[in-house]
Amino acid sequence: MTDKQDNIKTSSITTEEPSSSRLIFSMAVAGFISGIIIIAIYMLTFDTIKENKARELREAVFKVLPEVSFMQKLHFMDNKLGVVKAEGMDDEMIFAGYDKQGKFIGYAIQGKGPGFQDTIHVLFGYLSSNQNITGMEILDSRETPGLGDKIFKDMDFVGEFINLPISKEIKAVKKGKKTQENEIDAITGATISSKAVVRIINIAFNKWSSRLPQQGNEPLLDKN
Amino acid sequence: MMNNKDPKLLLQSAPLLRQELTTPAAMKDVWIALLPATAAALWFFGLSALLLLVTSIAGAVLTEWVFTDKDKRRFAISDTSAGLTGLLLGLTLPPGLPLWMAFLGGSVSIGLGKVIWGGLGTNLFNPALLGRAFLLGTFPIAMTTWGPAGGPGEFFQIHSSNFAWPLMQGQYDALSTATPLGLMKFEHETTALGSLFMGNTAGSIGETSSLFLLLGGLFLLLRRSIDWRIPAAIFLTASLFSLIMLLINGADSNFPSPLFTLFSGGLLLGTFFMATDPVTSPLTPRGCWIFGIGIGFLVVLIRLYGGLPEGMLYAILLMNAATPLIDRYTQPKIFGRKS
Amino acid sequence: MATDTSAYEEMIKGLWRDNPVFVQVLGMCPMLAVTNSAINAVVMGLATFFVLVGSSFLVSSFKQWIPKQVRISLYIIIIATFVTVVDYSLLALLPTIHKELGAFIPLIVANCMILGRQEAFASKHNVKYAVMDAVGMSAGFMIALFALGSVREILGVGAFFGIDLFGANFEPWVIMILPPGGFLTLGLLLLFFNWFTERRREFLLKVAESSRVAYVDGDK
Repeated sequence: MTDKQDNIKTSSITTEEPSSSRLIFSMAVAGFISGIIIIAIYMLTFDTIKENKARELREAVFKVLPEVSFMQKLHFMDNKLGVVKAEGMDDEMIFAGYDKQGKFIGYAIQGKGPGFQDTIHVLFGYLSSNQNITGMEILDSRETPGLGDKIFKDMDFVGEFINLPISKEIKAVKKGKKTQENEIDAITGATISSKAVVRIINIAFNKWSSRLPQQGNEPLLDKN
Repeated sequence: MMNNKDPKLLLQSAPLLRQELTTPAAMKDVWIALLPATAAALWFFGLSALLLLVTSIAGAVLTEWVFTDKDKRRFAISDTSAGLTGLLLGLTLPPGLPLWMAFLGGSVSIGLGKVIWGGLGTNLFNPALLGRAFLLGTFPIAMTTWGPAGGPGEFFQIHSSNFAWPLMQGQYDALSTATPLGLMKFEHETTALGSLFMGNTAGSIGETSSLFLLLGGLFLLLRRSIDWRIPAAIFLTASLFSLIMLLINGADSNFPSPLFTLFSGGLLLGTFFMATDPVTSPLTPRGCWIFGIGIGFLVVLIRLYGGLPEGMLYAILLMNAATPLIDRYTQPKIFGRKS
Repeated sequence: MATDTSAYEEMIKGLWRDNPVFVQVLGMCPMLAVTNSAINAVVMGLATFFVLVGSSFLVSSFKQWIPKQVRISLYIIIIATFVTVVDYSLLALLPTIHKELGAFIPLIVANCMILGRQEAFASKHNVKYAVMDAVGMSAGFMIALFALGSVREILGVGAFFGIDLFGANFEPWVIMILPPGGFLTLGLLLLFFNWFTERRREFLLKVAESSRVAYVDGDK
């Protein structure tokens, strides 16, 4: 111990600078070891993380589309909606849900847009057979805790999106003033967040409604 | 000084010119000027208003007492500045607010708004508005639930929500209504100028009656207790800016007329009693103009484009923050010195 | 060489006397950002604990091979490696909490308290002292995080570790779980800490004074 400490002292006293190659070498060794550790932990956790993410998304889809047993990702490319197997999500993708027999049920469409504080990510289920929204789930948001976060904590508000006709654009009105079928009671004290959710759904729906295939021509479930 | 025995030679240190105005005297003027508005608050919102005012004053004075050194206590309370802060805060509260929140607000006003900066004369922000900002941020729903203004017969009616247990929510008895500014922003409805002028609209208890606020403000101006430049600048800028916005956007939109802008919300209360607070407003005449113009511009901007219908609170607090800077850049140049 | 009591001293000093938050006012970024609930604060504290103890151990063990011209870069490489390990482990094991802590787990790299301990302590002391110091400092950091997180969760949500305290009628102090509430609570805690330390010093002085007087009196 004492020897080593003496070593440090002498080395710090010497005026001679260590050569550049020595510095580069120590950096390289540290970087190399660090890289190996990072790769190891990445490999170790990769499967669990992937599974977590997939489960999270699957649960969200199952929530907005009831009675769904299978789902697959659809990608809109070259004016056509095709099945994709690839990992990851982007704005041009939606989900199709199928029941146990593999019969098509409906779509889960995602949309995002500005909320009161930051972007809100919304996923909603859509039945093309009766043009109804079957449910809504907030995937990600940073709305004010206690007020804006009621868009996913207030079950009355979330419940309003179950079996909501969207043939006409949906509208958020002040609580208690709902008269039309396509109207939603906004949350008291969180009007801006409520209106943001409705606007995001309308925009996403307008974007996708023309892209969806004719009824009966939905992509089949690819069981592989 | 005149009854000096030998007036041939007066030995005295600066300041040599003295005037009658002392801190308690200036406070007295403000108390008197607030009487009409307080009376209007009691008239329109009944005993609830009285309870709220008493509680917020109690919160403020008690906090001042607790956080002052023992030997300075009597002095600190008797200049009535803490009580005045409590009264001003109370006047900006909605009538149905639970009393414990009013007490907390008064306490925060003095604790965070004054004592922590070093006491009277050292604070950067208006204490009453700081207390209100705290309450608005902490209890956003309670602070924006407005009961309707009552009338003469309803003086003895008290909101049951006032009596919520500490930390608990108020149970609101009456249907909540929207303030004139809220109606303008969210429903695109205007309120008759007559109601705004007299004060029988929903709103904070002390802000609704323009007439009585103007009376108090006029008194302060005549007594020269406040700098006339600040109200003048606020009124001119706010009405001019809202007139321009109205002309650009057309009359049928939710852009209010200049008179609506001046008479609605807390603009008058804030202008006469908070923006002109000598501690938190600039010292130089030019600085006062800049300060007032800033408030007038910000209040209209926040009302039109902000998330909340009312912007007076943040307009004044923002300009409070800019006050040291304004003072620094509007100091008169010393003659003969290059800048 | 120092005895075991001084190793114990190195550990204990981080808890109160040299508390990284209340005295050194370091690591303010995670302090303010992730303390809106007690559980977030504790997880953040544990993550920081792991990173600081690990880094101090490595830096102290390898100090004679670290050229001083590139020492900061090497410290950062070591710290970043530990942070990445924590990041991936949390993502795999506690995905919901990782989501709430979000970007602040990677930002542990930039916590100046950690780099500060390497530069000021671990690089100059042997492994035992360095690890003791790291344990003490990160425990002190965790205590501060936990204090802030508890106050903010109790007032802001009316709960403690997610357990409801006041019933359904509680009026939450919304500001407490928003960023201003972090500043407010931290400021008030610092105020309290300094007030308490001052009081304690005065008290100790008084005790010392009176015992001296007693001694003098007795001497008579």
